Amino acid sequence: MWKIIRQIARTGIRTEPAPQEGDAVRVAAEHIQRELLDVLGQALAIRQVDAGSCNGCELEIHALNNPYYNIEGLGIRFVASPRHADMLLVTGPVSKNMEVALKRTYDATPDPKLVVAVGDCGCDGGIFGESYASCGSVSNVIPVDVNVPGCPPAPIEILYGILAAVRRTRDAAHAPDAQAPKSGSDGK
Amino acid sequence: MRITGLTLSLDTIPAPVPIARAVVDREGWRTAAQAIAAGGGRLVALWGADRSRSDGGELAICAAYAVTEGLVWLDLSVDADEPRYPDIAELHPCAGRMQRAAFDLVGLRADGAADTRPWLNHGTWPADRFPLRAGEFEAGAFAGRQVEDYPFVRVEGDGVHEIPVGPVHAGIIEPGHFRFSIVGEKVLRLEQRLGYKHKGIERRFTQLAPLDAHRLAGRVSGDSTVAYAWAYCMALESIARVEVPPRAAALRALMLERERVANHLGDLGALGNDAALAFGLAQFSRLREDWLRTSAQAFGHRMMMDCVAPGGVTVDPDPARVEQMRVQCDAIEREVLALRAVYDEHAGLEDRFMTTGRVTAQLARRLGLTGLAGRASGQTSDLRCDHPFAPYGELGVRRSTQEGGDVAARVAVRFDETIESLRLIRALCAGLSAVPDARVRCDVPVRAGYGAGWVEGWRGEIFVALELDGDSIRRCHCHEPSWQNWPVLEHAVIGNIVPDFPLINKSFNLSYSGQDL
Repeated sequence: MWKIIRQIARTGIRTEPAPQEGDAVRVAAEHIQRELLDVLGQALAIRQVDAGSCNGCELEIHALNNPYYNIEGLGIRFVASPRHADMLLVTGPVSKNMEVALKRTYDATPDPKLVVAVGDCGCDGGIFGESYASCGSVSNVIPVDVNVPGCPPAPIEILYGILAAVRRTRDAAHAPDAQAPKSGSDGK
Repeated sequence: MRITGLTLSLDTIPAPVPIARAVVDREGWRTAAQAIAAGGGRLVALWGADRSRSDGGELAICAAYAVTEGLVWLDLSVDADEPRYPDIAELHPCAGRMQRAAFDLVGLRADGAADTRPWLNHGTWPADRFPLRAGEFEAGAFAGRQVEDYPFVRVEGDGVHEIPVGPVHAGIIEPGHFRFSIVGEKVLRLEQRLGYKHKGIERRFTQLAPLDAHRLAGRVSGDSTVAYAWAYCMALESIARVEVPPRAAALRALMLERERVANHLGDLGALGNDAALAFGLAQFSRLREDWLRTSAQAFGHRMMMDCVAPGGVTVDPDPARVEQMRVQCDAIEREVLALRAVYDEHAGLEDRFMTTGRVTAQLARRLGLTGLAGRASGQTSDLRCDHPFAPYGELGVRRSTQEGGDVAARVAVRFDETIESLRLIRALCAGLSAVPDARVRCDVPVRAGYGAGWVEGWRGEIFVALELDGDSIRRCHCHEPSWQNWPVLEHAVIGNIVPDFPLINKSFNLSYSGQDL
């Protein structure tokens, strides 16, 4: 036990407000938690769905949980069921064999819900494109709020995508006709 | 290279590892399978091809076997009117799923195979249409088709019930379906259904230029991007008969070892976490992040995607970065050794790791367990040691093997290989400055022919078979070692309790994307 305690003490706190980026990002990261509380009134629960990726995006989404990004400290956590989720974080391309499973996961997520497509393949099919076995982008199968391009996008870019989706709901809620626009072809 | 009891006329494929190709008839196909099984050889890959686009070409079934001297690629022509070939799954059990996939994709049926259920086709295309046949599916997909039910094997008896899991799993994991038949807490049987990520990679290859397709190979399984890109480039370079500059070979090996360490660090943390030691995940995921950031600084990409390219590598890190990588090995080694002491002495981990998910050496040999999981069950093969291709010859890679075959053994192999890879990286970094030739890339002329690449990735051997038809790809088959290891996982969990499944599964950490293609 003392070895564990010594290792923890020796390691110290490694969480960074914003890794490798300028001050603007640092400030942004500090606001994430407050924004989440303002917009949602609660922590953000995310259900990640791999709909056919090469697994590269999943590795970077995993990295969000490491002590440097400490995503749970920001009030964001990954949950095991779509029924507990506010947001689906979907990687692609969506394979034909996963199309039904993705639609069912979407239907099982309670409204209001957000969808963030992660990675070049999730955004537009990437190198795999559309074929007899691939539906291409996530937006070809379910409505998408925000696309995060990159192959794979770095963890901090995925975090920005998550935040952008949350901000959009806030902005839409403050707009005169309060309806969050949903479309598949939006940029980031 | 020779196979006992068999006369073959072998064409050597000029790759850095010994690979030869031979055309056989039905009798030779069967005899070779028997002779190789009897002589202790292993089936590495099995795939189908349609060569009718070329003059006089026809359908063919291919198998790659590893024997003592190297790898043998056997090629059997199959009649288009009666597309059948002799089953080899009786002799090499891991062939079963590969034969089912060869039917789904090319329409070649193994004569007398016990299991002929579809594998990659979940009903999303008609069972009598085959996506890798020439001219097939030109008009696009079949709209409105739904996935079909799959006839799982039912276990019956008092108190037996089923737990279906997936395809969407309760974590940040790739999709696949597991059907457990259990009594109380105990697993009687596990049956996997994979193929959910099938996205038509092999057909996509035929639409890409040979000099661009390494990017697709690098995305067959994202965690092994360096290994796949290297194996693809090795295949392409073997057709062109070019040898990459020594500096490029050293940089490829440097990246491959960095990929190995990155994955082992991630797995070691996740394994601690799955046995309720969150401390392990926090520590190892921190080390992994440090490691990936250094890769990004040195090679411009955290996972080094697209850094291995035909003819060499695309990035040559400057001496300061090379020194940074060398020094980082000392720091990471210190931390890994400290954490290993914690893991070794932790009673809770010992309780969960020891004897859990055991695969005996005998079962591993019979089922063809390969790669890291194989080495944890007494199977010694490691390409870097068996056929040391440049630059591994000078490095003298030390194999890491264990006899236990349980989760603890797979953890131990990961620790040992991490330490060994750190040693290799230090040696490679130190040696880079001594390479007089500054070139890191050479021209690769594209021409027709058969080529092959064989590389020891972090999970096991990655094999790529490539056929070029002039300036286009006629067939490219990428083989993932998970094809061999997934069926063994079904055996590893028998008699274990359901809550240990995630731990056992993680200790294998197999690829879904790589086998689904």
